[in-house]
Amino acid sequence: MPSVITANRLTDGIVVYLASDGEWTEQIAEARLADTDEEIKALEAEAEKAVQERLVISVYPMPIALNDGAVDPLSVRERIRAAHRTTLTKDWYDVPL
Amino acid sequence: MYRYDEFDHAFVRERVAEFKDQVERRLSGALTEEEFRPLRLRNGLYLQLHAYMLRIAIPYGVLSPRQLRQLAMIGRRFDRGYGHFTTRQNLQFNWVKLVDIPDVLAALAEVGMHCIQTSGNCVRNTTSDPFAAAANDELEDPRPWCEMLRQWSMLHPEFNWLPRKFKIAVSGAAEDRAATAFHDIGLRIVRGPDGENGFRVLVGGGMGRTPYVGQEIRPFLKKEHLLSYVESILRVYNLLGRRDNIYKARIKILVNQLGIDTFREAVEADWEATHKSAVDLPEDEQRRILSYFAPPDLPPQPARDEKVGARRETDPAFANWYKHNVLAHRVPGYSSVVISLKEPGRTPGDASSDAMDLVADLAERFSQDELRVSYTQNLILPHVAIADIPALYDALAGADLATGNNELLGDMICCPGLDYCNLANARSIPIAKEIAKRFEDPARQEVIGQLRLNMSGCINACGHHHSGNIGILGVDKKGTELYQITLGGNPKDDASVGSIIGPGFRAEAVPDVIDTIVNTYLENRDEGESFLDTWRRVGAPPFKEALYGAR
Repeated sequence: MPSVITANRLTDGIVVYLASDGEWTEQIAEARLADTDEEIKALEAEAEKAVQERLVISVYPMPIALNDGAVDPLSVRERIRAAHRTTLTKDWYDVPL
Repeated sequence: MYRYDEFDHAFVRERVAEFKDQVERRLSGALTEEEFRPLRLRNGLYLQLHAYMLRIAIPYGVLSPRQLRQLAMIGRRFDRGYGHFTTRQNLQFNWVKLVDIPDVLAALAEVGMHCIQTSGNCVRNTTSDPFAAAANDELEDPRPWCEMLRQWSMLHPEFNWLPRKFKIAVSGAAEDRAATAFHDIGLRIVRGPDGENGFRVLVGGGMGRTPYVGQEIRPFLKKEHLLSYVESILRVYNLLGRRDNIYKARIKILVNQLGIDTFREAVEADWEATHKSAVDLPEDEQRRILSYFAPPDLPPQPARDEKVGARRETDPAFANWYKHNVLAHRVPGYSSVVISLKEPGRTPGDASSDAMDLVADLAERFSQDELRVSYTQNLILPHVAIADIPALYDALAGADLATGNNELLGDMICCPGLDYCNLANARSIPIAKEIAKRFEDPARQEVIGQLRLNMSGCINACGHHHSGNIGILGVDKKGTELYQITLGGNPKDDASVGSIIGPGFRAEAVPDVIDTIVNTYLENRDEGESFLDTWRRVGAPPFKEALYGAR
């Protein structure tokens, strides 16, 4: 199952993802995908460097699914984090965001 | 209310400077996150789902208009223009930046507020009756005793690293409006054998994954011994409470493992050995603190006001609001007004900065500069002349703050849940919104009558689901949010923990489930029975049948 690396930015706590260009992005769509355990470990090592550099905290890898190329965070929790907002929508049952 | 003296001001300012330095050292790399985390938590700063969350202490739910205005300013300048009032009478900001925290704390210090001990394994904000010094069933104002406990517990050297957090509630009225039975220590002011007031002391109550109703450790404690006795309880807990398992570390577990009698013996033995005069507050200091809480000068007025009566006759919305949100006051011609933060469609307990500014203005105009926060997540103007009620109502209605649902089904307690909280397993806010929509019709709520519906998004029970007449607990079952229903909880006198009624329900079913439970109550209730009365009389079978009969 593909994964991405997520964290919170140190200065403001906002949810971020490790992007393809090595930067941290708020957009999950720009997150770099890791398909194998080795790739996940490599991304984690990169993220650990960002922790040392005080860019991010609370880092962890997060499994996702690709639906027609779009990143689906799978869990309700991660969908809410990825949306950067709460879910007071009228059709909230299926967690569309 | 209590006003900071020079010592208090200097102490809080020093603390702001200290945390400012700690934030700077974190940002510069001098502190790692592991080193910084316990420091930020001691200052009420959490890392939540979306961002940092700052929890601000509102001691025993008492606020001045100036303080509320400052909170409004902070919400506007440093957050997203709103804050969330919690079940511990505190306020949380959900989107503050770490880099702004020193400025936020400095702004709080300007108005005598802080975030110290709003997190961590220490004595937290003491909570109390929001109608203190106003309710007509009050024996004695609990606030001075809360203030004494606050000052005593603040940075208490012996009790800053307890096995787990510690919550105290004090109530001085006939009716318990502070859920004292669900606190680590619950204090009820009662009349003693010689006619003097003192405390009935409960211990070991609590919510969380192992809910307990507090047990009586002492039927009567002389008031002057409050601090020494509470200190002995804390000492026994601090020495004997478990530190090896976070889930068994609260005092309720210790009390129930030892049994209340053994626990009492240990506390009494410690108390007897205590040099009480060194711990209890000297009489002049007691008097000094009591003097801050002198009731406002309210000249009695006619209990009935013709204009108010006429408005109630002609304006049904006003009449409905008046019936539920305007409560009896101890002084004729006055009332306490509940400003509901439970308008259908909004997050229970949230208030915008604009709303905070307005309520601060109204407290100055109509309520002797006094404001309260209730643990049921509403705001209260404690001393309003009845003649002023229509003008107050119009001002509130203009800002959508005149929902007349105090203590009705729509007055739900609701934790932030998975929409904000790192600990949550399921959402609670959207469920509250859907239930509010289902029961939006005031006439229906009127028929149902008083009903406490409480909801938590995880087993930690910040939303007090255990004490709801109807409780909803959100759990995660294999990636799906599921909602477990408990019935029969009661936060007041004769407190009880709700019983799980059966298997949980998916989110979309919850409004129907609540509807079914309410209809079952209405079908079974005898004349004048509350939900709790009916539940206690008929028990679970009719509710189970209605909910699961067809399965």
